[in-house]
Amino acid sequence: MLGYVVRRLWQTIPTLLGVVLLIFFLFTWVGGDPAYLLAGKISNPEQIENIRHQLGVDRPYYIQLWIFIQQIATGDFGESWSTNEKVSAIFATRLGPSLTVLVPLLLVDTLLAIAAAMLVAYVRGSLTDRIVMIGCTVGQSISILVYIIVFQYVLAYQLGWFPVQGWGNGFAENLLKFSLLPIIVGVIVSLAPDTRLYRTFFLDEINQDYVRTARAKGMSEGRVMWVHVLRNASIPIITNVMIQLPGLLAGAFLIERFFSIPGVGREVILAVERSDFPVIKAVTVYVAIATMIINLVADLLYRVVDPRVQLK
Amino acid sequence: MTQAAALSLGAQRAESPGLWVLAWRRFCRDRVGLASFLIVVFFFGLMVASGLHLIAADWSKEVGVNYAPPTFSGPAIHDGGPSAPLAPDSSRAESAGKADAAAGDIEIVDPLADVLAEIRAQSSAASVAEAQAPTLAFGGDRWGRDVLKKTIKGTETSMFVGLVAALLAAFLATVFGALAGYYGGWIDDFFNWFYSVFTSIPYLLLILAIAAVLNQKGTLTVILILGLTGWTGIFRLVRAEYLKHKVREYIQAADAIGASHARRMFVHILPNVSHVILVQLSLHVVLFIKSEVVLSFLGFGVGVDTVSWGSMLNEAQSELILGYWWQLVAATIAMALLVTGFSLFTDALRDALDPKLK
Repeated sequence: MLGYVVRRLWQTIPTLLGVVLLIFFLFTWVGGDPAYLLAGKISNPEQIENIRHQLGVDRPYYIQLWIFIQQIATGDFGESWSTNEKVSAIFATRLGPSLTVLVPLLLVDTLLAIAAAMLVAYVRGSLTDRIVMIGCTVGQSISILVYIIVFQYVLAYQLGWFPVQGWGNGFAENLLKFSLLPIIVGVIVSLAPDTRLYRTFFLDEINQDYVRTARAKGMSEGRVMWVHVLRNASIPIITNVMIQLPGLLAGAFLIERFFSIPGVGREVILAVERSDFPVIKAVTVYVAIATMIINLVADLLYRVVDPRVQLK
Repeated sequence: MTQAAALSLGAQRAESPGLWVLAWRRFCRDRVGLASFLIVVFFFGLMVASGLHLIAADWSKEVGVNYAPPTFSGPAIHDGGPSAPLAPDSSRAESAGKADAAAGDIEIVDPLADVLAEIRAQSSAASVAEAQAPTLAFGGDRWGRDVLKKTIKGTETSMFVGLVAALLAAFLATVFGALAGYYGGWIDDFFNWFYSVFTSIPYLLLILAIAAVLNQKGTLTVILILGLTGWTGIFRLVRAEYLKHKVREYIQAADAIGASHARRMFVHILPNVSHVILVQLSLHVVLFIKSEVVLSFLGFGVGVDTVSWGSMLNEAQSELILGYWWQLVAATIAMALLVTGFSLFTDALRDALDPKLK
């Protein structure tokens, strides 16, 4: 087990290097000279030279790359270009709000989607199944933007059930007052695709021999579905949840933006709008690292749910 | 008679239908698939006609008054219909502009409303050659442009971006996947490394990062961003297909008659894996249309002078608070119709091309 983990971590090094190179390439060559971005329109050559020196972009590429790698290793990306806040401080303060919204969102969505998918898979082919599936297809085809705009307008603005947007200071206030509507919208948006997907996972299992055996020995339907089928279908479900996790770390951009939640996602959009390269660089690198770790955790989890899985 | 039967059997054999004919027949039996295909064809026609300036060429003409309501809900000045739900927030509505000052306070019947409307109509008639209509069939936007024509123009942009980006992504994925799967060895390792680099950054984050460095808007930029980042999913499947096919007998036969590597890859194997690519292409059109809408909404997408569903939704967001819902509804319905149609079409296409799958 430990050997496997060490081997896997060793294997991620080339990928990580690739990510670093890709981001370095994007921001150094494609992005152009950041001094012109920073100096603005009114600037003389001396100023530009000054900024270039400060940023280190007048040094050879290999030294710049080395500086970038050092930044990643130490977590010190310097200051944001637009607010002069330390990049590390930005993340430390933005991560909390993001997780306050996104962790409950993921939990509620996963549980509801499993329950709904189980139900429609159990009555597969029936009218209920077909209506739910058509509803999911149509629901999925409406842009997430429309859901957010309409829900915010109707539930918060017109009916006043929730605050339209904003963020408080206490955790309880944030979770119970400001996060509720974002969570509801997020769940509604992700429920349709997840239900459709999990239904196919359950359908793959429901016709297996072990299900027939379980029924033959007189097991209750509830136990067959919730214990036997669920456990066997859980590997692809875990994969799907894990795939969604890195996206959560970067935050649900749109939800955070619409509801003015001071999270990582909103920070990314602001950074893109202001061409704030250090912030975007840092987010991209760390989310990529997190993705690799999450993939490893997912593989270890497979082993927990299904002892037959061999980790090589 | 037996001879005739044998003959007719032989004739039938001779013209036994090929893969595509069989697939087309299976497809025609699928009524949902056929209906969704018609929807896709309809939107495709809209895109082409709009692109050739056959329809909606004058979309930017200000044919109605500002925020002209749809005809069936009547002019805003007289009944205040669309603004009615917003009555308690009339202060907000009023601050938004003089156009809805009259509509905002519906409690008091504005005695000057008719006179004002007349004056406005006269002044607009005087300045513009033709009078601006108080209502439009599907409503108007902030500048009084026809929302229907605007939606058609938006359809053109969004669908064009989705199609071309998907073609670009499928092309890259096919070339990469063919090279990786066919040659194997270090070439395979290299492309797999490339793949894992791209997939370890969440899709939307990668798109935003590239949008940040490119720092310029435009249809071409969006197409490049989506196409250059979106090839990974197709690559994986194409590579797997090539791995499977390169050891088959027909490739050995092709090798034996001296076909080159390129010929084996793209003339012999490619037609046999094209159904996978086609289904993925269709799937990615939907994905890219959705992504384009989000990008344009955030303002990192198409330029300011181009209409897309995303930019329409961006305008609709502030319009909704004022009670002007028609642009939101138009963009939503157009997009939902196309995306649902395309998704069902993709499912039908997959069933038709790969009957073994269920």
